[in-house]
Amino acid sequence: MTVQGESADHQWVDDHAGPVVRPYAVTRGRARPVTGTFDLISLVTATRAEVTPEVGIGPEHVAIVGLCQRIQSVAEIAAHLDLPVGTIRVLLGDLAARSLVQVREPQTTAGLPDNSIFEAVINGLRAL
Amino acid sequence: MDYGHSDRPAGATPLPTAIKILVAGGFGVGKTTMVGAVSETRPLRTEEVLTESGVGIDDLSGVEGKTTTTVAMDFGRITISDDLVLYLFGTPGQDRFWFVWDELALGAIGAVVLADTRRLADCFPSIDYFEGRGTPFVVAVNCFDGARKYRLDEVQAALNLDPGVPVLLCDARKRESSKEVLVTLMEHAMKTREARRRAASGD
Repeated sequence: MTVQGESADHQWVDDHAGPVVRPYAVTRGRARPVTGTFDLISLVTATRAEVTPEVGIGPEHVAIVGLCQRIQSVAEIAAHLDLPVGTIRVLLGDLAARSLVQVREPQTTAGLPDNSIFEAVINGLRAL
Repeated sequence: MDYGHSDRPAGATPLPTAIKILVAGGFGVGKTTMVGAVSETRPLRTEEVLTESGVGIDDLSGVEGKTTTTVAMDFGRITISDDLVLYLFGTPGQDRFWFVWDELALGAIGAVVLADTRRLADCFPSIDYFEGRGTPFVVAVNCFDGARKYRLDEVQAALNLDPGVPVLLCDARKRESSKEVLVTLMEHAMKTREARRRAASGD
């Protein structure tokens, strides 16, 4: 919010300018992940404290591992890194293929064994 | 019996179960407001870029010059417990984004259809969609200032709803009111599921 540091050089790339790097450039042209489906609410956690960039592991992969030190959904990762969900799915596929992240796909409602999840949600909401 | 978890790979963390509820309705009816009223953080925004997989569904005729379409979805999170996380997704308002709806509705435990009595027809497409998919839903009439108050049975009749579909008044800006809508939805979804199980086992 301060004027300090706002040189004319970088004023043109504000939030409204959109991503400076095109989404498909981040995935090197790939539209689909090498492995996994990644629902919007699939939960992801990193299996390591950090990774370093190497062949096939770019800065966005590193950022995801950093973010997923806490459990995050695919939608949250996309929102925090300001990248489209499709891009995040490709990057997560790379990480899952190297076992750098652990993923839990959501259960379907029909697959739930009993009403315990419904009851837990109702009680949890009431306690908010 | 206490050794049940020992077959988990070393270092693996048990991840919670995630469930999702959709908040649908016409443009400007208060979907993001309701998501924000009950979520533990400000609503987040995620974007889906329309790719080839959506082209067959999304009618792009007349807009050939436009090669990509971006659909924004607002969502929020409620951590129920260490093993249970609830996500609320506001659905994109426009009909041409049905392909996103399909992805959102897949696995959704239920939906809230927000209605504005001044523009009741705006919520028809959402109701048709969830009826067609068999997704349990409730209709929450958002009480805007200045809107004429209708009785709930009048709204129910105007929307031609099944008698079993709950209709309730709400104020999407208020946490308590939005919580009540979600609790009503969860109770309805639980009943719907039980009824379907009974019907399936009775055959």
